[in-house]
Amino acid sequence: MAAAESSERLVRLLTHDSEILDRWVEAVAEILRGRISRAELERELTDLYQALGQALREGGLNWRAEEYSEVRALLVELSRNRAQHGFTPTETATSLFACKDVVAPTATSSAEDISAYLQLGRLLDALGLFTIEAYARTREEIISAQAEQLLELSTPVVKLWEGVVAVPLVGTLDSARTQIVMEKLLQSLVDSESEQAIIDITGVPAVDTEVAQHLLKTVVAARLMGAECTISGIRPQIAQTLVALGVRFDDIVTKATLADALRYVLRRIGTEPAATGGPK
Amino acid sequence: MTRLAEDVEQTVPIVSNDDVVRARQLVRTLAQQCGLSLVDQTKLVTAASELARNTLVYGGGGAMHCATVRRDGRRGVHAVFEDSGPGIPDLDLALTDGWTSGGGLGLGLSGARRLVDDFELDSRTGVGTKVSVTKWAR
Repeated sequence: MAAAESSERLVRLLTHDSEILDRWVEAVAEILRGRISRAELERELTDLYQALGQALREGGLNWRAEEYSEVRALLVELSRNRAQHGFTPTETATSLFACKDVVAPTATSSAEDISAYLQLGRLLDALGLFTIEAYARTREEIISAQAEQLLELSTPVVKLWEGVVAVPLVGTLDSARTQIVMEKLLQSLVDSESEQAIIDITGVPAVDTEVAQHLLKTVVAARLMGAECTISGIRPQIAQTLVALGVRFDDIVTKATLADALRYVLRRIGTEPAATGGPK
Repeated sequence: MTRLAEDVEQTVPIVSNDDVVRARQLVRTLAQQCGLSLVDQTKLVTAASELARNTLVYGGGGAMHCATVRRDGRRGVHAVFEDSGPGIPDLDLALTDGWTSGGGLGLGLSGARRLVDDFELDSRTGVGTKVSVTKWAR
């Protein structure tokens, strides 16, 4: 029954002093310097402390065991919380590692206590790594969610006039983004019953053959739906580069600025813009 | 044709679409440092974009090495794109406008050659492909 004995000793090490939890909270509060409320921290660590004690009693040192499922769940929640509130990985992990300092042996500790401390230390190290992994996972989730939001945000389709929609493109155009642009543009042509679309590439830093090909495909798709596409925002350096590349926008109307494109489109649909602007 | 490297060469691995963007950004930064005009910057960046994408799509991934260089008092940007892919069996055909073995426009390689000042293409079937380009400030 050596295992049971050793886990008994570990539990004793963790719970021999009623102040251990308080000192743990104190130590963590100092590291996080008031960026998390004391009450919340106390609640978090009390739950963790109790779960840890219980898990040690029932499951021994194997932190992957079933008995530790509550500890693991609490740690995942803790790191998720920390990641969302912008704490660093170090600050997150020390929430756990601080416990080691609190139960550290003193000069008067017995040999059994010291060996128990070392075992507990190893366990907490493993749980610390687990915490960091959970933290990193949460951060990755946040980043990929942001990337998706950005993708959505960066491709608005705006209605410029009755029957005229425009997509101002900003940033790098890759296949994934062009796909979204094309879908949104074609859908909005249907929704707004527009027959004219303007794709503005003023904000696209470089137009290479892939981008050009994507633009051409979008124009052809719009044409199949009976809509006419104008590409605007072709700056001098882009024009010269496209010529050198050998890309031809032969039968597509292109304009230097969005204003030129709008003026052209309005003329096409027979609405001359008034001096003050606004549809007649 | 002596080319003196000015700075430490920087390397960007090209294994994903994001790396193509990174390669392009590095080239743009160096082009700005060298004082290339806006048109030349855009030309070089576009050429880098084409070649980096070729490295990724046709070479199965590789790397770009890039540095600022100096020759006869002129500054420039030198970039090398290397992969160990299948190589190009027919260089003349690959450099023909409109010819592609994939689904592109067939202008990337030939267009990139027109966009830069110096262009060297070295490819061996089964070994890999190496494209070196330089753009000089005017």
